[in-house]
Amino acid sequence: MTAVANEEHLVRDQAGGLWWQPAAETLPREQLRDLQLERLRASLQNACDNVPFYRKKLEEAGIEPGDVQTHDVVARLPFTTKVDLRDHYPFGMFARPRDQIVRVHASSGTTGNPTTVGYTREDIQVWCHLIARTLAAGGVEPGDLLQNAFGYGLFTGGLGLHTGAELLGCTVVPISGGNTERQLKIMRDFGATALSCTPSYAMYLADAARDRGLRPDDLPVRVGFFGAEPWTNELRVQIEAGLGADALDIYGLSEMGGPGVAYECLCKAGMHINEDHYLAEIVDPDTLHPLPFGEVGELVFTTLSREAQPLVRYRTRDLCRLVAEPCACGRTSVRMDKPIGRSDDMLIIRGVNVFPSQIEEVLMSIPEIEPHYQIVVDRKGYLDIIEVWVEVGEDIFAETMGDLERFQRSIQARIFNVLNIQVAVKLKEPRAIQRSEGKAVRVVDRRTAL
Amino acid sequence: MKVTQLTAFLENRSGRLAEVADILGSAGINIRGFSTTEAAEYGIVRLIVTEPERARQLLHDAGFTTHFAQVVCVKVKDAPGGLARVLDELAAAGVSIDYLYSISFEYICFALRDVDRAVQLLEGKVEMLSDEEVLAL
Repeated sequence: MTAVANEEHLVRDQAGGLWWQPAAETLPREQLRDLQLERLRASLQNACDNVPFYRKKLEEAGIEPGDVQTHDVVARLPFTTKVDLRDHYPFGMFARPRDQIVRVHASSGTTGNPTTVGYTREDIQVWCHLIARTLAAGGVEPGDLLQNAFGYGLFTGGLGLHTGAELLGCTVVPISGGNTERQLKIMRDFGATALSCTPSYAMYLADAARDRGLRPDDLPVRVGFFGAEPWTNELRVQIEAGLGADALDIYGLSEMGGPGVAYECLCKAGMHINEDHYLAEIVDPDTLHPLPFGEVGELVFTTLSREAQPLVRYRTRDLCRLVAEPCACGRTSVRMDKPIGRSDDMLIIRGVNVFPSQIEEVLMSIPEIEPHYQIVVDRKGYLDIIEVWVEVGEDIFAETMGDLERFQRSIQARIFNVLNIQVAVKLKEPRAIQRSEGKAVRVVDRRTAL
Repeated sequence: MKVTQLTAFLENRSGRLAEVADILGSAGINIRGFSTTEAAEYGIVRLIVTEPERARQLLHDAGFTTHFAQVVCVKVKDAPGGLARVLDELAAAGVSIDYLYSISFEYICFALRDVDRAVQLLEGKVEMLSDEEVLAL
């Protein structure tokens, strides 16, 4: 079975569609589901043998890896949450000794302990294949040039897209994020036919190009792979018009290894989940009971092939719907709709995950700050901005504007140090921030859907 | 000899400064002098008033953040070189100045976004000066 998934060759079908691992991507559902069970048992065995956390969890649930003979049993497996990962920082969830771990990434924008992700050589290989599938589904092949404007570093986006693109054999330019002027120059000078970045940055680039008098035809990009933040089909229409390119959604999360969990084909009708490597479920976020296909609930993933860090029923907190109907492209995997929200209060700011509680922790560590504050999230153009409203009490208020400005800047610097995001601190008069009877309204999100 | 200055934090919202003047005015407290910082998102208004303690309480009760500071009030001769004499004295000793403003005023300068509209609004209601009239003061 494993041989099926490792078969790799770029194939063009009669309709002109490109495929990287066509056998795996078109595996008949029954075979796919059997393959999932086979891999799930092996993955649970790996978790049970090598991760004390899972050994205990599975014992408590009264399940042995060999018991998982049908898909019904999955609902009895324990869940894993982000808190579990934090509690085992940095390497407590790894199922392999350090000398077999070839790379570590970490989640973005978290206070205290980030969540870490480890990869064996084989894990990296699988990851590359999944990215190659993603790119091929968008029509990318050797000879294409991918301008990869995802951030390089601990974030999985940059290196994930990069190594997958190299495996596929297209040219990849590791330009990373930012520096719009250079992005547009390189795009035109190098002849980038593919672009990868966050959807908001794609729109920003499209606008910047237009502002410089460039028409969509002047931009060589033919297809874009955009992810790491939620976006709508309306934005897709705008990006496609602005860049003169197909805009495809890609989905991933660092806990699952990064991008490559799900991807859109050129049908643009939902993201194909790489079900031979990830078992997807939708559960009711309150009762945690599994929901049937078609219903909106929390997306839950179980890794099926990861050696270094198997995760069982990881709660993504993303709310979405799974579509079981076959896609016109011929792929047999279920598709996920664009996530429509979160089951927690996490904000995604320019692709960085931010919990309001993290900002609160920073504010509360400054004794002069009044307990009343508000986080206002807005969007300027296509870029997210965060304002932190703080009331100026008598403890803060000083004689000169310079003192107030210093105070403002020191809060901004503290938040930047901890969360790595730029916020604008706004000083407000006492009682300017609305008091509420019950739970205080800490976050005002003025963004409309991208 | 020092003087008590009352300072208040103001968000830059239209009518906010008028509110301060109203609160003090209706309580019979006279503003003997004041200064404001240039309009930004927020600013500071500094006041020399006839009853600082009561003024502070009133503003506090109205929801303003306030602060007391000790400042020096100097009588400056209304003639060329009058201000320079005081500044030179301090500068020579290396004493730096955070800000200064004049009090005991009858004439106040308003810098506004729309000067013409302000003139139009105030015409006939208050006495306004021309360049020549300032010269003649």
